[in-house]
Amino acid sequence: MDFAVAYDAAREALPYLLGGVVWTAGLIVGAMLLGLSLGMPLAVLQVYGPRPVRRAVSIYVWLFRGIPILVQMYIFYFGILAWLSALPGLTNIGLDSPFIAAVLVLGLTSSAYQSQIFRGAIQSLPAGQLKAARALGMTDATAIRTIILPQALRLSIPGWSNEYSILLKDSALAFSIGVVEIMARMRSVASATHEPVSMAFLAGIIFFVLTWVGVRALSILENKVRIAGYTRQGAA
Amino acid sequence: MSTPYLEFLRAELAPGLMEGLWVSLVVIAPSALLGALIGVTAGVLRVYGPKPVRKLTEIYVSLFRGTPLVVQVFFWYFALPYIKIGGWSLVLDPIEAAILSFGLCSGAYQSEYIRGGLNSIKRGQIRAALALGMTTRQAVLNIVLPQAFRRALPGCGNEVIYLIKYSSLASIITVNELTGTATTIAKNTWRNIEVFCTLGVYYLVLVTLAGWLLRLLEDAMSVPGFERPRA
Amino acid sequence: MSDLRENAPAVPILEARNLIKILGGNRVLDSVNMEIGRGRVKVLIGPSGAGKSTLLQCLNFLMPPDSGHILLEGREVNGKNRKELCALRQQVGMIFQDFNLFDHLSALENVRVALMKVKGMSKLDATERAIAELGRVGLKDKAALYPANLSGGQKQRVAIARALAMDPKVMLLDEPTSALDPELIGEVLAVIRDLAQGGMTMIMATHQISFSASLADEFMFMEKGRVVEQGSPAELLGRGSASRTQAFCAKISELTGEAGDGKSGGECRL
Repeated sequence: MDFAVAYDAAREALPYLLGGVVWTAGLIVGAMLLGLSLGMPLAVLQVYGPRPVRRAVSIYVWLFRGIPILVQMYIFYFGILAWLSALPGLTNIGLDSPFIAAVLVLGLTSSAYQSQIFRGAIQSLPAGQLKAARALGMTDATAIRTIILPQALRLSIPGWSNEYSILLKDSALAFSIGVVEIMARMRSVASATHEPVSMAFLAGIIFFVLTWVGVRALSILENKVRIAGYTRQGAA
Repeated sequence: MSTPYLEFLRAELAPGLMEGLWVSLVVIAPSALLGALIGVTAGVLRVYGPKPVRKLTEIYVSLFRGTPLVVQVFFWYFALPYIKIGGWSLVLDPIEAAILSFGLCSGAYQSEYIRGGLNSIKRGQIRAALALGMTTRQAVLNIVLPQAFRRALPGCGNEVIYLIKYSSLASIITVNELTGTATTIAKNTWRNIEVFCTLGVYYLVLVTLAGWLLRLLEDAMSVPGFERPRA
Repeated sequence: MSDLRENAPAVPILEARNLIKILGGNRVLDSVNMEIGRGRVKVLIGPSGAGKSTLLQCLNFLMPPDSGHILLEGREVNGKNRKELCALRQQVGMIFQDFNLFDHLSALENVRVALMKVKGMSKLDATERAIAELGRVGLKDKAALYPANLSGGQKQRVAIARALAMDPKVMLLDEPTSALDPELIGEVLAVIRDLAQGGMTMIMATHQISFSASLADEFMFMEKGRVVEQGSPAELLGRGSASRTQAFCAKISELTGEAGDGKSGGECRL
């Protein structure tokens, strides 16, 4: 293997690969937001909802945690979105975009995992919290909103760096339906230049750096939001 | 062209997917074993090994956990043949490459669970064993490992379940396992939703079965003090 | 000839000569000498950090001393030889402050595991012996329970049964009741008293002064890694003795308030 040639090829491909970071970032941000905004209500429903609702959430979680991401990509893009955008009235609004399909897949799956993290956090709170809120005359809805959720949210923060790093790696699967993120670009450059080794290494390094940067950023966020003495072991 | 779903399933889809399922198993089983082997070795080395060995293992784990599995699979199949050392290069066929990359990646994750299991054993357990006259080897075999194994089992078991799901990536490197076969059928028949949703069901069944088996195993090994936490 | 043998001074079962142990720059054991004769009970007393625990752990090489000699029945033990170490530990029983029962084994299995793995006994014989030992400490009916379901006092008694099953020549007890809730201490002390009265050679580190005073043949007061005083309880705690031991005991009973509960003065005076 010629190192000089490989190195040059890598250097030339770098800007193109870095362009993929924008798409990757878009995927992750979209997915995390979707995951969070769905995950919390799902958790609340699963803890406080009536029996059929709890069952429904469990089935949702089972579905999205059981079907591989790659398969979900195919289902959503080649299946659901293709079918939807063929319906009268929904064509030509760009519904069959691979990016949308990928964000949906990543986001819904993330919401399934995040709902379990939130659920665990909610259930780890002492029963006395809700009792005290009720005793003060709060409705359940208010109590959950103002007492339970803020605490559960704080307890769940440490799980976010893990979720981020998983999402980052899963986002690479979006290449399979045509999103032009890092992995997709790596493949096309690798076959164009016949330098798969350096391209694979380059992509690996980019992902590695993105993981490190993201986890660090999230730790700083965690530290900013932390309440002294408040850890997973329960409130003081 | 429009045979009803059930007929399609019976005549074409199910038989096709069954063949793919078999190939999936051929990939999953060795990968799980390889991952367990590497995981135990790496985990033990990280806890009991000399400092340079510990550092090396740490690097291995960071590398294989910090990069997407897709990139790794791509590397072992497409890139490896390009690495020539003294005229020699290693060309793996798709299944071999899949097993190697899944095993290496899974091993990195498994080693963390094993390491956690080993570290969770209180030092006093070993001291008591030694005080009774056991050799270090006896203490590790009879006292440390049985406990560490029970602690690591849930994590390692979940790793195998992840492996079942991520085995779908083998289709990227032309392995005709479940996902690969399904993609082919979908391309040929244009019945995307039916094919891919059925594919999803197949994986759901596999994953759920594996989860039950894991719970059975955890219960069989449980001992008061090492119970499965009630979710 | 037989005369000579009968009158020969008894060789101490366990002896430590000039033990030095340095941990983190501190001389935790500073040239400690100690010996114990057959059937005697020696109690180690002293403030935390005095080196009592370290001394006990050096005696069976769980912590290898940095220098010095350990002799079992007059013969020096080579700390570098694994076989000798295993042999030594089979004859020296140890009880830990944190019990250290094997969490994944039932009480019965805890007692018999070393019999099977170290002494090579058959499962049948080992089980029989284990049940007998558990009976000796009053826990035969708890044989099938796991440590997670045993109280602290029960755990320590199982630990004692486990050590006794090995037929040790001497027992080392490292603050056996310090981790126990007050109401559980009595059951363990009762077992220890039975052992002592049965003639077991024992070295015990403890803060239970009044209990030890009635049991011990000898007190050894340690401070900062050195043996400060040695003597019988009567000598060290008797009325009128101005020993360091007595001063230390007085401080303890002050802190724990034992002086005012009907045992006034009993803690520190005989």
